[in-house]
Amino acid sequence: MALKMVKGSIDRMFDKNLQDLVRGIRNHKEDEAKYISQCIDEIKQELKQDNIAVKANAVCKLTYLQMLGYDISWAAFNIIEVMSASKFTFKRIGYLAASQCFHEGTDVIMLTTNQIRKDLSSPSQYDTGVALTGLSCFVTPDLARDLANDIMTLMSHTKPYIRKKAVLIMYKVFLKYPESLRPAFPRLKEKLEDPDPGVQSAAVNVICELARRNPKNYLSLAPLFFKLMTSSTNNWVLIKIIKLFGALTPLEPRLGKKLIEPLTNLIHSTSAMSLLYECVNTVIAVLISLSSGMPNHSASIQLCVQKLRILIEDSDQNLKYLGLLAMSKILRTHPKSVQAHKDLVLQCLDDKDESIRLRALDLLYGVSKKNLMEIVKKLMTHVDKAEGTTYRDELLTKIIDICSQSNYQHITNFEWYISILVELTRLEGTRHGHLIAAQMLDVAIRVKAIRRFAVAQMSALLDSAHLVASSPQRSGICEVLYAAAWICGEFSEHLQEPQQTLEAMLRPKVTTLPGHIQAVYVQNVVKLYAAILQQKEQAADVSAAQEVTQLLVERLPQFVQSADLEVQERASCILQLVKHVQKLQAKDVPVAEEVSALFAGELNPVAPKAQKKVPVPEGLDLDAWINEPLSDSESEDEKPKAMFQDEEQRHAKPRAPEADEQELARRREARRQEQANNPFYIKSSPSPQKRYQDAPGVEHIPVVQIDLSVPLKVPGMPLSDQYVKLEEERRHRQRLEKDKRKKKKRERERRGTRRHSSLHTESDEDIAPAQRVDIVTEEMPENALPSDEDDKDPNDPYRALDIDLDKPLADSEKLPVQKHRNAETSKSPEKEDVPLMEKKSKKPKKKEKKHKEKEREKKKKVEKVEKPSKHKKKKHKKDKEERPKDKRKSKKKVPPTDEEAAEPVENGTLDEEPLPPMSSYTLLAENSYIKMTYDVQGSLQKDSQVTVSVVLENQSDSFLKSMELNVLDSLNARLARPEGSSVHDGVPVPFQLPPTIQSIVMAQKLKGTLSFIAKNDEGSTHEKLDFKLHFTCTSYLVTTPCYSDAFAKLLESGDLSMSSIKVDGISMSFHNLLAKICFHHRFSVVERVDSCASMYSRSIQGHHVCLLVKKGEKSVSVDGKCSDPTLLSNLLEEMKETLATC
Amino acid sequence: MIKAILIFNNHGKPRLSKFYQPYSEDTQQQIIRETFHLVSKRDENVCNFLEGGLLIGGSDNKLIYRHYATLYFVFCVDSSESELGILDLIQVFVETLDKCFENVCELDLIFHVDKVHNILAEMVMGGMVLETNMNEIVTQIDAQNKLEKSELIVYTGLFCISQDFSQAGLAGAPARAVSAVKNMNLPEIPRNINIGDISIKVPNLPSFK
Repeated sequence: MALKMVKGSIDRMFDKNLQDLVRGIRNHKEDEAKYISQCIDEIKQELKQDNIAVKANAVCKLTYLQMLGYDISWAAFNIIEVMSASKFTFKRIGYLAASQCFHEGTDVIMLTTNQIRKDLSSPSQYDTGVALTGLSCFVTPDLARDLANDIMTLMSHTKPYIRKKAVLIMYKVFLKYPESLRPAFPRLKEKLEDPDPGVQSAAVNVICELARRNPKNYLSLAPLFFKLMTSSTNNWVLIKIIKLFGALTPLEPRLGKKLIEPLTNLIHSTSAMSLLYECVNTVIAVLISLSSGMPNHSASIQLCVQKLRILIEDSDQNLKYLGLLAMSKILRTHPKSVQAHKDLVLQCLDDKDESIRLRALDLLYGVSKKNLMEIVKKLMTHVDKAEGTTYRDELLTKIIDICSQSNYQHITNFEWYISILVELTRLEGTRHGHLIAAQMLDVAIRVKAIRRFAVAQMSALLDSAHLVASSPQRSGICEVLYAAAWICGEFSEHLQEPQQTLEAMLRPKVTTLPGHIQAVYVQNVVKLYAAILQQKEQAADVSAAQEVTQLLVERLPQFVQSADLEVQERASCILQLVKHVQKLQAKDVPVAEEVSALFAGELNPVAPKAQKKVPVPEGLDLDAWINEPLSDSESEDEKPKAMFQDEEQRHAKPRAPEADEQELARRREARRQEQANNPFYIKSSPSPQKRYQDAPGVEHIPVVQIDLSVPLKVPGMPLSDQYVKLEEERRHRQRLEKDKRKKKKRERERRGTRRHSSLHTESDEDIAPAQRVDIVTEEMPENALPSDEDDKDPNDPYRALDIDLDKPLADSEKLPVQKHRNAETSKSPEKEDVPLMEKKSKKPKKKEKKHKEKEREKKKKVEKVEKPSKHKKKKHKKDKEERPKDKRKSKKKVPPTDEEAAEPVENGTLDEEPLPPMSSYTLLAENSYIKMTYDVQGSLQKDSQVTVSVVLENQSDSFLKSMELNVLDSLNARLARPEGSSVHDGVPVPFQLPPTIQSIVMAQKLKGTLSFIAKNDEGSTHEKLDFKLHFTCTSYLVTTPCYSDAFAKLLESGDLSMSSIKVDGISMSFHNLLAKICFHHRFSVVERVDSCASMYSRSIQGHHVCLLVKKGEKSVSVDGKCSDPTLLSNLLEEMKETLATC
Repeated sequence: MIKAILIFNNHGKPRLSKFYQPYSEDTQQQIIRETFHLVSKRDENVCNFLEGGLLIGGSDNKLIYRHYATLYFVFCVDSSESELGILDLIQVFVETLDKCFENVCELDLIFHVDKVHNILAEMVMGGMVLETNMNEIVTQIDAQNKLEKSELIVYTGLFCISQDFSQAGLAGAPARAVSAVKNMNLPEIPRNINIGDISIKVPNLPSFK
């Protein structure tokens, strides 16, 4: 044995160690791969030996090779061997290797559980430490589940070194095993006040990470953090806390108000830039969250902006960058304060650092009508200067963004905008051709006044198409030809020389363009052709008309040969059409009318969301089969469809539905009318720019007369600058005119008593647009639904951690569960402390069932306002009293619960038809004074606790006070009074907490009494009302959404027992039936096919319940599978009762 | 959260890579290459933040880096980390390396990447900042090294026996063995290596604390 060991260590001396390996690799620069593969062979030999030192050495080398990109997962088992070495030296090597290459897919990882557990409880703190560090990198859901308890114990270890590591790793454990969050949270909270600063910082770190994802659950910790913030001196901790507050304030404005002062103090006092910056950031977040009602609001904004300006002006590029970053946050809510620093922003655009330029670009959003042209001009010069394509593309998108924002609000001259867009097409190698194209189309369609100009520009663009699409790296920009061709075709009536454009579109070069552009070319060639035909026939120029037809017949075959299906199909179709026209023309038949009729009708812009918003007509079930499905295999045939989808999405422009003749005529007439009224359409003016010269204000005729019609035809010359000049002049004229008018007015009214100092400042409103611009708003279907909800990404890993202390998991798509605490959302954090304190109690395992009731009389809303005053009278009394506001009202009252329950149902998004209002509130007890209804809700987080909501309704005209609710303990349920304090501000009927429910598989009954004093004019009487709380099995279920794959797995697992029922005589629709089951029995629909649905729910103690509901002719059968047979049979019994009433 | 920590030299050769999210080896190399590409083309006096690491996470992420002599230290972090804080953390990291390696240079990192990992593990754990106090980090590292050394003595003892054995039969072995042990205990940097001998300059930046 000894000999063997010695032999092993001799062998080891001959092995390469890490340094030898590194040296070797460096000496074999030419054949590195070969050398490394040699080394890997050696390592494989070494791994086969028994000696742990040799193995560790080999694993150490593997770790290095992993960094170089070699897969070492084949050695996973050896790594585990080294991890389990008794010596720290080797153990550390093993854990390091594991942390570098293990992941959830590593199959041997489950072998490590016991080893890690052993290491965690090792007497040596470094063994424990190294295990924790390693585990933090490769923890899996299984490891997290198995080791959570061990790690939790380590959180109270004597050594701070272990404590802080254990605290930190808990975050990873929570991520992988969300169920551990609740049990571990109290201890984590304790660690916030750990004597060791490192542990404290770790706890802050973990809670900040948790709260960042689901801030609302951590609001209750705000007071604690507030204390920490004012007491801590550790900047790391402070920064984290301040960042956390930044995430919390949007949810709780009151917190923000409290924060402003200490944060401002910190801003003034701290010397650490990082802390200052985070403070400013959080103050900004606070200010954003606060409504404008705060008086000293602007002072804080000023402070922030001022501090940020200091940062931006700093020579340190990092501070400059961060300053701009924070400034952009202010911009969103207080654009005015940022606009004051426009000089600074523009200055940063010239910075040599790209990151800073990008940030400065963000700040440019704060533009107005006044400065838009100036800013865009500045950006255009940057576009010319920019070398990197990414930055240039960024500039391009920014230009388009700021111009098009809020429906082109800031654009006063669309001719200018079109010329900017045309200039942008000259960019080399941009990716954003389609963006420019989209803008061109949008503007041309929506701004009617601009069409003539746009068409002129576009035809010039088509004419110089060879410039645009010449080189391969310009492929991105040729998208604009798509727009150009379409605009020229669609608005061909505005073309000056349609024939020339037609020829440009039929050039052989066009066939080198991408298919979808060619297709548009082909289509629009015909539109142009139709326009020309009409023109020629009106002029009775038969030969010219025939010439055009001949041209088409000659040129179209080049498209017929296209490899692109779309182009080919359109071209061959159109070719036949043109040939037919040719025949007719030969017979001297006028054809122009008919050809133009192909393209009659007006195009209206349609909002992108319009399709989605079309309400489903009543009685139409979109999920129902139109024809019975033939077989399952058919679903595979869907692929070919997808081939065209991409193209369609990008390029399809929905045509307006065919309008009838009358409608068309009416529209045409309206258009003609509008054109006649529009100065832009005056036929006599050869160029629209003439207008400017014609305009009044003769004393300011521009010195240089610019004839814009010339540069229009010459590509390559920026003409947007000329527009800027023109625009300036126009505004100047306008101003002068206005001044003149004002002067006149003033002179007329009073002579020189009041002088306007701001004679030459113009506000946004003063600037009139150059043309009468008619921006057509996007069409939406009639009675469109209100804005649709943006659903959260269901794959978000942090969603699992959205575990509230009192709210069930989000199940947004399913039928909503009634949430009893809706009314409390605006509660202050101090009050929400209570549930947490409960958890902190000594017996965290044994949870108490919270019993909660609420008084929700309708009239109470009104009464709430009065309450405080009444309070004063009866301050000494704990119990508030209730008084009916109005006798008549209380008698006529609609059951308040109906409305309460119906509301969430209406919000359900998945339903095709409105569901009848449902209420799960059932009558508990009633007498002449009071009526009690109740509902029971379970929550997944408290596995033996259900919430009972009781609605008390005063049916009499007496004051009811001193209400007391008592429930008699039963075998499985018992009541315990809480420590006097009440958690909610409803009527504090002193309530008690019922008890652990030992067994949830059977229905339970609890007897109880409500006693109160009724007081009316004749005096007061002591009254009592007995009731029986009935906990059905359903009340232990919690609606839990379930994905169909998980559902299938569950069914396959085989550890569910089965049972079924059948109910006859059901006339209700299947959809309503499902809704009813969902609502009353808290199931969620997993999948629904025809008249068959699978449903899922979960009990508060984690039993899975799966249902298969089938609807027959007049009966419904329900097959259930559940991990507990008793629960299932009881559930089905209850369901039977519900169904029987359908 | 810190998503990844990368150290590479001016030529893009990785000196340390630590990913706190699982990636395949190929992706890791791609990320290193891409990051190097992004970082290396930046001037010296521009800001130390970079957006748009395409591979590693989405828009929430930032690259924060520092360039010391021949090495780039790059941290990829998400928005929960303070940018300036991470810059200071890099500084603390480099200063700690400087203390542990006594005037650290690129060669130290090349030959002792495992030690660098161990130092890093005392600062950042699973992507979260564990300790920022340099003295505390150095104390823990020293204590662990001491523990390692005490375990190694056993091996030196074994080695003595092996020498006896080797005199009996294995002729050329001892010299080689001695050098191996030497390399194991006291890292001595070989002379035949010609690049990257410049020691890392640790500039006196305003400290975080």
